[in-house]
Amino acid sequence: MEKPVISIRHLVKKFPAGKGEFTALKGIDLEFNTGEFAGLIGPSGSGKTTLLNIIGSLDAPSTGEALVLGNSIGQLSAKEAARLRKHSLGFIFQSYNLLAVHTVYENVEFPLLLLDYSASERKKMVLEALEWVGLTNKIDSRPPKLSGGECQRVAIARAMVKKPSLVLADEPTANLDADNSHHILKTMETLNRELKTTFLFATHDEKVIGYLRRKIFLKDGRVDKDEWVK
Amino acid sequence: MKIAIKLAYRNLTGAGLRTWLNVLVLSFSFVVILFMKGVMSGWDLQAKTDMTQWEIAGGQYWHQLYDPFDPFTLSDSHAPIPPQLSDELAAGDMVPLLITQGSIYPQGRLQSVLIKGIPAKQSLLKLPTHRLDTVTDAYPAIIGAMMARNLKLEIGQYVTIRWRDVNGTFDAHDILITDIFSSNVPSAEAGQIYLPLETLQEMLSLSGQATILTFRDEKKERPAVEGFTLKTKETLTASIDEMLKTKEVGQGILYLILLLLAMLAIFDTQVLSIFKRQKEIGTYIALGYTRGQVVGLFTVEGALHSVLAALVGALYGTPLLWWVAKNGWAMPIDTSEFGVPIAQTLYPVFSLGLVVSTTLLVVLITTIVSYWPSRKIAKMNPTEALRGKIQ
Ligand SMILES: Nc1ncnc2c1ncn2[C@@H]1O[C@H](COP(=O)(O)OP(=O)(O)OP(=O)(O)O)[C@@H](O)[C@H]1O
Ligand SMILES: [Mg+2]
Repeated sequence: MEKPVISIRHLVKKFPAGKGEFTALKGIDLEFNTGEFAGLIGPSGSGKTTLLNIIGSLDAPSTGEALVLGNSIGQLSAKEAARLRKHSLGFIFQSYNLLAVHTVYENVEFPLLLLDYSASERKKMVLEALEWVGLTNKIDSRPPKLSGGECQRVAIARAMVKKPSLVLADEPTANLDADNSHHILKTMETLNRELKTTFLFATHDEKVIGYLRRKIFLKDGRVDKDEWVK
Repeated sequence: MKIAIKLAYRNLTGAGLRTWLNVLVLSFSFVVILFMKGVMSGWDLQAKTDMTQWEIAGGQYWHQLYDPFDPFTLSDSHAPIPPQLSDELAAGDMVPLLITQGSIYPQGRLQSVLIKGIPAKQSLLKLPTHRLDTVTDAYPAIIGAMMARNLKLEIGQYVTIRWRDVNGTFDAHDILITDIFSSNVPSAEAGQIYLPLETLQEMLSLSGQATILTFRDEKKERPAVEGFTLKTKETLTASIDEMLKTKEVGQGILYLILLLLAMLAIFDTQVLSIFKRQKEIGTYIALGYTRGQVVGLFTVEGALHSVLAALVGALYGTPLLWWVAKNGWAMPIDTSEFGVPIAQTLYPVFSLGLVVSTTLLVVLITTIVSYWPSRKIAKMNPTEALRGKIQ
């Protein structure tokens, strides 16, 4: 049997709050396999972002274990976590988080600069990624000149350009209208199918939920329901 | 590092006006510091040149008892000119100087002076000694402009001097000011008058004697001369270096203020950008940067200000500094009151070493100032940075 991409066991996350503690995740057990197109669904404050951040090695569990691509998140040093993100993870944020003074091309090229690709390899990969999202005509524009949908497509290209094993998308459509949302989601669906990239969303947007093949409902820091779409 | 420079450059130029404002302030400090350092080395060069031309030429022999800081030694510090030097003397490559202590009575006031006897026909020093070659009842004398101003003396004026001869007897005579020269060399002007050597030797009954022997050729092998001490040009100009060193301390404070101003602007920008760009910092980390690399990026960004400042400074500084080096810098105040050797118009000297060392120093300081606030990034929590919530 194939090893799971993500394997979470008894995961608890507590935050200091005032004098005491606030438990945002109260014992999560989940597994994800290669090529999944899954989403964490739940109301605001249910712990979606918290869980995504831990899977993305930006945060560490309080207790329990999160294995991502064979790495135990709590045990990684800051350097090892950075290496995991650099090589294997792609992030897509609600607010795009593009570098405003860099062009579309430079934004997408950014993750490759960290990976020692030659200039010609980088160029080939960036153009390919921009083709996936249909933005080859905006190469030299800068983010402030782009629409929200275009920005999010740049962000997807940036997350996908190094062909990571896992893409984590936190509310990627929250700032988009219906048309743009559908366009984005179709793009991600295609990439998921063609590149076998695992996608994990955090969302409460009905439009996104409609595309998911696995829906995990979080409620108050616990998994409420975990269902596969046939 | 290459990536960091590339990204830093993009971020910096992308930041626009603020960057250029900082760069401008920094480049201004650059140019002013260079200018002032250039003035110092120009001053040093000029003071030494003036001193060489007006006073010490290629070096001097001093009578072994002569001490310029102790006028009481003067009555004993003279000896017959050693015969072994007569060739140089005859060729005009050596000028004997006899010095004694005396007083002058301008407008009836008493002022003590050094009376120096120098051959009227010498051409080794720039002193206008040919003006001593005059026949008058009074002794012909030349004085420096500083003296003339202090004593309110003018060319053509008569004034009485008094001195003691070797036997200790007082004697007095009138002198006639035949010329006033301006040398910028206080040690050749202040508190002294020049008379023809023969006149002074006669006045003191010290025929054929001298206190100082100034020679032209500084390279020539100089054997020891009985009764005299050799003073090389380096030893004689050392006092200028010392004097300039004390001036440099004062200037250092000005550099410090200038640099501080520029550094404050950069420090402020760094602190602000670390605060304002939290999301960007979070993004870098999410994309696989270590926090150390982000610190490096921000440090390079700050340090790059100084590199841009050097370039911008070169743009307007090069023609500006080149112009003052060529046309000189007229001192806005009357320099003769300074009591230190300084010309009314200074020609700054900008050496390559000066430019390079100043640039390196400013780049180094800017880097440190940029690094200091950036260390804070290393303590940031990436998830909080991404949310932009750190206060
Ligand atoms: N750094 C933190 N310190 C303290 N409490 C935190 C921190 N991060 C999250 N929390 C708390 O944990 C809970 C879960 O937060 P989380 O951001 O994961 O929710 P979410 O499901 O993503 O909500 P939303 O839909 O609003 O984004 C919230 O109550 C939140 O206040
Ligand atoms: Mg959230």
